[in-house]
Amino acid sequence: MSSPDLNLVPSEPAGGFTALRGRLAGLGGNARQYGIFAALVVIILLFEATTQGRLLMPDNVAALFRQNAYVMVLAIGMVMVIIAGHIDLSVGSVVATVGGVVAVAMREWHFNWLLAVLLALVVGGAIGAWQGFWVAYIGIPAFIVTLAGMLIFRGLALVVVGQSIPVTDRTFNGIMANSIPNFAGRVGDADVVTLAIGAALIVLAVVAQVRARMSLRQHNLTVEPAGVFLAKIVVSALGIGVVAVLLSRSTDGTPYVLVISAVLIVIYTFVMGRTVFGRHIYAIGGNRQAAKLSGVDTRTVDFWIFVNIGVLAGMTAVIVTSRLGTALAAAGTGFELDAIAACFIGGAAVTGGIGRISGAIAGALVMGVLNQGLSIMGVDPSWQQVIKGLVLLLAVAYDLVNKRRAGTQ
Amino acid sequence: MGNDYILEMRQITKRFPGVVALDDVNLSVTRGQIHAICGENGAGKSTLMNVLSGIYPHGTYEGDIVYDGETVQFRSIRDSERVGIVIIHQELALSPYLSIAENIFLGNERASAGVVDWNATNSQAAQLLARVGLTEKPETRVADIGVGKQQLVEIAKALSKEVRLLILDEPTAALNDEDSAHLLGLLRGLKEQGITSIIISHKLNELLDIADTITILRDGRTIETLDNHGPEPVTDERLIRGMVGRSMDHRFPEHVSHVGEEVLRVEDWTVYHPIDQDRKVVDGANITVHRGEIVGLAGLMGAGRTEFAMSIFGRTYGTRVTGRILKEGVEIQTHTVKQAIREGVAYATEDRKRYGLNLIDTVQRNISAAALDKLARHGIVDGNAEARVAERYRKELGIKTPTVAALAGKLSGGNQQKVVLSKWIYAEPDVLILDEPTRGIDVGAKYEIYLIIQRLAAEGKGVVFISSELPELIGTCDRIYAFSQGRVTGEVARDDATQELLMTYMTMDKDVTTR
Repeated sequence: MSSPDLNLVPSEPAGGFTALRGRLAGLGGNARQYGIFAALVVIILLFEATTQGRLLMPDNVAALFRQNAYVMVLAIGMVMVIIAGHIDLSVGSVVATVGGVVAVAMREWHFNWLLAVLLALVVGGAIGAWQGFWVAYIGIPAFIVTLAGMLIFRGLALVVVGQSIPVTDRTFNGIMANSIPNFAGRVGDADVVTLAIGAALIVLAVVAQVRARMSLRQHNLTVEPAGVFLAKIVVSALGIGVVAVLLSRSTDGTPYVLVISAVLIVIYTFVMGRTVFGRHIYAIGGNRQAAKLSGVDTRTVDFWIFVNIGVLAGMTAVIVTSRLGTALAAAGTGFELDAIAACFIGGAAVTGGIGRISGAIAGALVMGVLNQGLSIMGVDPSWQQVIKGLVLLLAVAYDLVNKRRAGTQ
Repeated sequence: MGNDYILEMRQITKRFPGVVALDDVNLSVTRGQIHAICGENGAGKSTLMNVLSGIYPHGTYEGDIVYDGETVQFRSIRDSERVGIVIIHQELALSPYLSIAENIFLGNERASAGVVDWNATNSQAAQLLARVGLTEKPETRVADIGVGKQQLVEIAKALSKEVRLLILDEPTAALNDEDSAHLLGLLRGLKEQGITSIIISHKLNELLDIADTITILRDGRTIETLDNHGPEPVTDERLIRGMVGRSMDHRFPEHVSHVGEEVLRVEDWTVYHPIDQDRKVVDGANITVHRGEIVGLAGLMGAGRTEFAMSIFGRTYGTRVTGRILKEGVEIQTHTVKQAIREGVAYATEDRKRYGLNLIDTVQRNISAAALDKLARHGIVDGNAEARVAERYRKELGIKTPTVAALAGKLSGGNQQKVVLSKWIYAEPDVLILDEPTRGIDVGAKYEIYLIIQRLAAEGKGVVFISSELPELIGTCDRIYAFSQGRVTGEVARDDATQELLMTYMTMDKDVTTR
């Protein structure tokens, strides 16, 4: 391109109505993305009321993150698969197989905990590569490939594990059980380390948002209205602050698994939003033909998406095995459905092309809060399932109806 | 010849939002004849047949249809089939994994109380197949027979509905010579059995050969109806004169040629159909493109222009592709889209919604999609630089959108087309192939697209402009190639180009190809 001075057509006059419409359009896209967080807050407040404040008791909050870490980690991988227009039904079985391999490695081959974790990621990635090969290069629909994988890896888990293999490595088991050491003591009943982490995160979040806005300004690009910008800063700071204060008052402070989940969320949000790879995932999910005709190597992207969810399933296997202190052949049963539900509650589109890491995490937390709230209330587990199913159905129905209305405007 | 009309369509007018597709069209079909309809792409032929068969139900158009002496009001295709009007579309409507017999009686099953009588189905199907000259077993899967025979199955299906007026839309476009000849022979046979046919075709020789009467449509109007057995013989020149002559009503920007060095040469390019692998879709095509030159590709539907372009662009169409591509005299390979883009060849598709855009993503991300690597370092996209690029093209090309963060699907057709163009301009190709870039967009936006095309040429790019609108090609291009049945049948310089001359080449039979 050259001749930037060549102005062919008078563009529409800026300002006035057009600018206002632009502002609203920008907000409209974001409003839907914030909807799931609003729903999460509403559900939390609802259960806080019905459980007489027991839902947000510090130890319950810590337990919420511990118990739902597996869904969050899997949902990260799953939402990428779903955005690309695929599905993965095998992750639960993969978790069991990898868990078994890890336990055998520590028990029979005397791997230390770190080697065992690395092995889990490698084995998970290899399984992902196996499935990605069939999907990307042979062209079998992911539904079939991963349905087969669900059977294959559940079977292999039984072969490797038998019934169960205990894990005795203290450090390995501590990945789930332990928290960041409370070396700075407590102020009142609050853990200082946790508070410090929370404060640091708030500063980082504010700085990151301000810098992004300044950079936009510098490049003469449109920025969000100041009100929206301020509201976003306040809400994110408030969110981090509340979680940090609650956790600081729990028995152990900040669980390691929360740190792991948080790091993964940050990394993958970056991958999906800022990298070429992330863009290509959205592109092939939105219109595979157009992506191909734009030079995107769709097969390579498909392959690595499955490798990626394999690695994350390996990470989940570590979390689950550490939590139980033992590898079970039946571990991970139904995890794929939890992860898929989290993605769809979080606004991912069944047809691909739409979805966010943050949405999937919020979806996972919605499911987690429902579980915990209903359990505290003493609702029968059978009815809990019914309620979770209905929530999934209503969330997706709400999304579809909204979209249809927007489409017919 | 008396006036025993089986069908009269009187003063038919059909409007779509913003377009009048049919404007006061009259068509009278004599009982027992073969009546041909010809016209350019977009002349309204298919629309007229859709009105007749009830695909556009009564009430969505103006005018009257008189069938067998009675005014009829079809609300659906079922209504028209009930009185014996059957339409066979260009894209066959057969279910590939069902048997021939099942297809023939689909929706009209030989059954009692909901239980299919397979013996009746197969024996009746066998009789119908014999009537159309097919020897296949009725149990054969449709997917296992060729396109030519599938076409005959469609006719057998029509016969099963006791057809009295058979309408065929481009029946021979996808057939080889032998199958075409067989089909035309069959139509003559049906005529002897008293079945009236309407045939739409681009193959003028075929029409002159088989039709009793020929009606010419142009721009949604009836131009004339000719009697093929009249005292004065109808010639293809006569038909061409009627078909073209579309007025040069949208003005074209002043064009100054800046033709430079040769940038692209395609030699002896041959492509076969991806499924029907014995059929040549592009047959030994040769073209050259120079820097700063706008080269038009003219052709009727099925001429192979899009297939030619897509097979060059990363082999995205066809199998058994052979031929050479030279860029600035050096042979290049364009086996994948990535390779093609790297070699400086870009292709903007004719179907922007299906193949050109990610409608559920933003304008900005659509613009950067083909050259994202230019905006990324170590795989990380510079979002601000990307937004600047998108903003630049929004201003330069005049894309009307509140913001580049708006979804591409929310834009109008013309503005979507500008997004597609932006995407490829940003990829900085040396040769840009534009496939029907002005299709379905309004006149004002068309003018802007012409300006953009000229500007690209002025910057020294070679532009290949595929269009079905001859005035547009003549008004914009430096040189025009005409395609017919997969071959380049003519090359016309700007100063010599007339619609009649181009149409002559475009309807030329491949056997008499001159170059």
